Amino acid sequence: MVGMRALVIAAEEGGHGAVEAGTGGFWADTAGIMLVLPFVAFLLILAFGKRLKYKGGELAVGALAINLLWATVLFVLNMTGGVLDQTTFEIARIGSDLVFELGWVVDGLSIMMYFLVNFVGLLVFIYALGYMEGDVRVDWFFAAFSLFAGAMLVLVGAPNLIQMIIGWEGVGLASYFLIGFYWEDLDNVRAGNKAFMTNKVADVGLILGTILVGVAIGSFDFSELSIAAAEHAEALGAVAVAGGLLLFFGAMGKSAQFPLHIWLPDAMAGPTPVSALMHAATMVTAGIYLMARVFPLFQNLAQDTRGLMVVIGAITLFAIGLLALVADDIKKVLAYSTVSQLGYMMTAVAAGGYTAGLFHLFTHAFFKALLFLGAGAVIHAVHSNNMSDMGGLRKEMPTTYWTFVVGSLALAGIIPLAGFWSKDEILATLGHEGYTAVMWIAIAGAFVTAFYMARAVALTFHGTYKGEGHPHEAPRVMTAPLVGLAIPSIFVGILNIPGVDWPGIGNFTEWLGVRVVPMGDYHPEGIDWSLAAIGLVAAGAGLALGWLIFSRDRATQKARDRFEVPALYPLLRQKYFIDHAALGVVGATTGPIARFIDWTNTYIIDGIINLVGGVVKALGEFVYGTIDQRAVDGVFNGLSAVTDGAGSAVRRLQTGRVQQYAAGFVAGALILVVVFVLIV
Amino acid sequence: MLLNQFLVLGAALFAFGVYGLLVRRNVVLILLSVELMLNAVNINLIAFESYLVSAQAVGQVFAIFVITVAAAEVGIGLAIVLMIFRNRKSANVDDLSLMRW
Repeated sequence: MVGMRALVIAAEEGGHGAVEAGTGGFWADTAGIMLVLPFVAFLLILAFGKRLKYKGGELAVGALAINLLWATVLFVLNMTGGVLDQTTFEIARIGSDLVFELGWVVDGLSIMMYFLVNFVGLLVFIYALGYMEGDVRVDWFFAAFSLFAGAMLVLVGAPNLIQMIIGWEGVGLASYFLIGFYWEDLDNVRAGNKAFMTNKVADVGLILGTILVGVAIGSFDFSELSIAAAEHAEALGAVAVAGGLLLFFGAMGKSAQFPLHIWLPDAMAGPTPVSALMHAATMVTAGIYLMARVFPLFQNLAQDTRGLMVVIGAITLFAIGLLALVADDIKKVLAYSTVSQLGYMMTAVAAGGYTAGLFHLFTHAFFKALLFLGAGAVIHAVHSNNMSDMGGLRKEMPTTYWTFVVGSLALAGIIPLAGFWSKDEILATLGHEGYTAVMWIAIAGAFVTAFYMARAVALTFHGTYKGEGHPHEAPRVMTAPLVGLAIPSIFVGILNIPGVDWPGIGNFTEWLGVRVVPMGDYHPEGIDWSLAAIGLVAAGAGLALGWLIFSRDRATQKARDRFEVPALYPLLRQKYFIDHAALGVVGATTGPIARFIDWTNTYIIDGIINLVGGVVKALGEFVYGTIDQRAVDGVFNGLSAVTDGAGSAVRRLQTGRVQQYAAGFVAGALILVVVFVLIV
Repeated sequence: MLLNQFLVLGAALFAFGVYGLLVRRNVVLILLSVELMLNAVNINLIAFESYLVSAQAVGQVFAIFVITVAAAEVGIGLAIVLMIFRNRKSANVDDLSLMRW
């Protein structure tokens, strides 16, 4: 509303068409309530949390429930007609034209994020009521979690770069609080510090980029930036590449792109609901969100930065995905997987696939939060993060098992679950934009994804139980959110099938296209079935291979092994039996051929499978051991050693003797007096 | 005008204050030394005020400010000294070097 130029949106042809600025009515005008409520909950929990029945959890859940009402109404309004609005309040003014404003944007992109944060957030908060019950400092947990929700909504609702930085630092702070939540253990504190400092390195890029771009166009406003980029403004063009790279560097930190991904696996030290909401579904996607917000800059002026961004995304999606193969901690498997999927999103957005990247962000939030919450239910039951302490849990925990399988299949990209459609769109975009090599890397990444998810499911839920005690299914307050996330994990993919317009509501591409200027990204006209098939085969092969290798866990399950391998045997013999019935030589050759097939199966097929598995595993270990642990971590350890050394040298000045300080003070004053007298 | 005499008095008082601040070991006496220095400043302010006679009596106003700040400071300072003495049975600054590396 305030301070917005009258603009026209051109969505995709046959879609919503032009959307006037200022639409949305009451719900858009009052959307700012979503940005405020979690902070109110935060303060109330800090003040009264300890005295409440659920230690403040009810306040956190209540705030997000009200938020979800607003987000859902806006989501539906945007589906059916398009909503575009902006409300801002001037806070300060630098000179005569640089204005600092706070407010909220309501457009296709922010509405998607409002809905995502509040929907996934509400389910995770409800889950946390059960997960955190009886834990230490529950009130502080819910307070910090509400702080995160508020900061995240400030971030996604930001009409300008300055407010985005405020939200950006807010979520970083909440992340620091919650990673180090169990601060009795020094390792957790270190993990929090690592996350905070790695993000600070990247934030320098964000802040410098903001200043560079903001000063060039004389405004920090995203809509002004989009318009300037769409009009190829000269002042912006001069700084576009440098500004784009700096903003991208900021996004690399929050969205854990190689080589700044190192903090995310360590961040798993926090409670599992935190990992689910912050370090999988929402906070880590802030970088992708930033890239999408300033997308016109990259699309129109800073195309030169694309190659670098795509390469970094490709390295992230493949190399870091491999690390998930060697992790034993189930949360680390999911963390590496998250980094890998963020690589997909970044690659897509960098290659020009605005919709493709954001659609993957949307679907990924559901199934990755689901996987984390499922992992949390398992950890809650067996009191260990390690898959070597799990196994055989599918009978004791059926709801968790089935929802976890749904999440795994969705992540692996099996048709018709959500992940298939979004991943396919990324592949199509990469192919169309000419990044063929990267497209093949992404397909190989799909194989790896499926492989490690098959491994995780097999080691956690199949085989025999290797931990202690008797695990049992989580309480209903925890399983209900699992089901609530499993349903969208199955169905949201159909919102954006290429070439399909749902009557009355169109599709996801059109909803996202409601921005101040056209995004001009590539969206496939129809499904490219050959590409979809290749992706599906890669995913299917990964699942099958992972299953074959890991469903028989060697040491503890020899007996089961002997049963499983010949289980293929009757099937093979059946096929052969039909052939030979036709030839009329039943019986005589059955045995030898069956034995031959069995021999082939045991030595050749298994040999190939184990060889491929071994090579992939060795590659993963190499990347983890040499590149990640030595080279990348070495740089950061070196930096911290320098800081530490400087601190040790300087701290000797602190003698603790007050009068020495006073003497220094008097001496300094005398020197100033002498200087003053000599000069004046 | 009697300006120089007042300035000499102020400087002497200030020097006594600095001396006390640096060599006294009792915290209460250190606080007293600080009060001496503040009052030396007050004397300077008043002396210059009566010598120059400003329209808004700036020097006197500042002297009042200094007295107020000094009162607040000594209130907090003595409270701290009291707490330290109760905990450590000593008001000797040499015993109070806990805040060190």
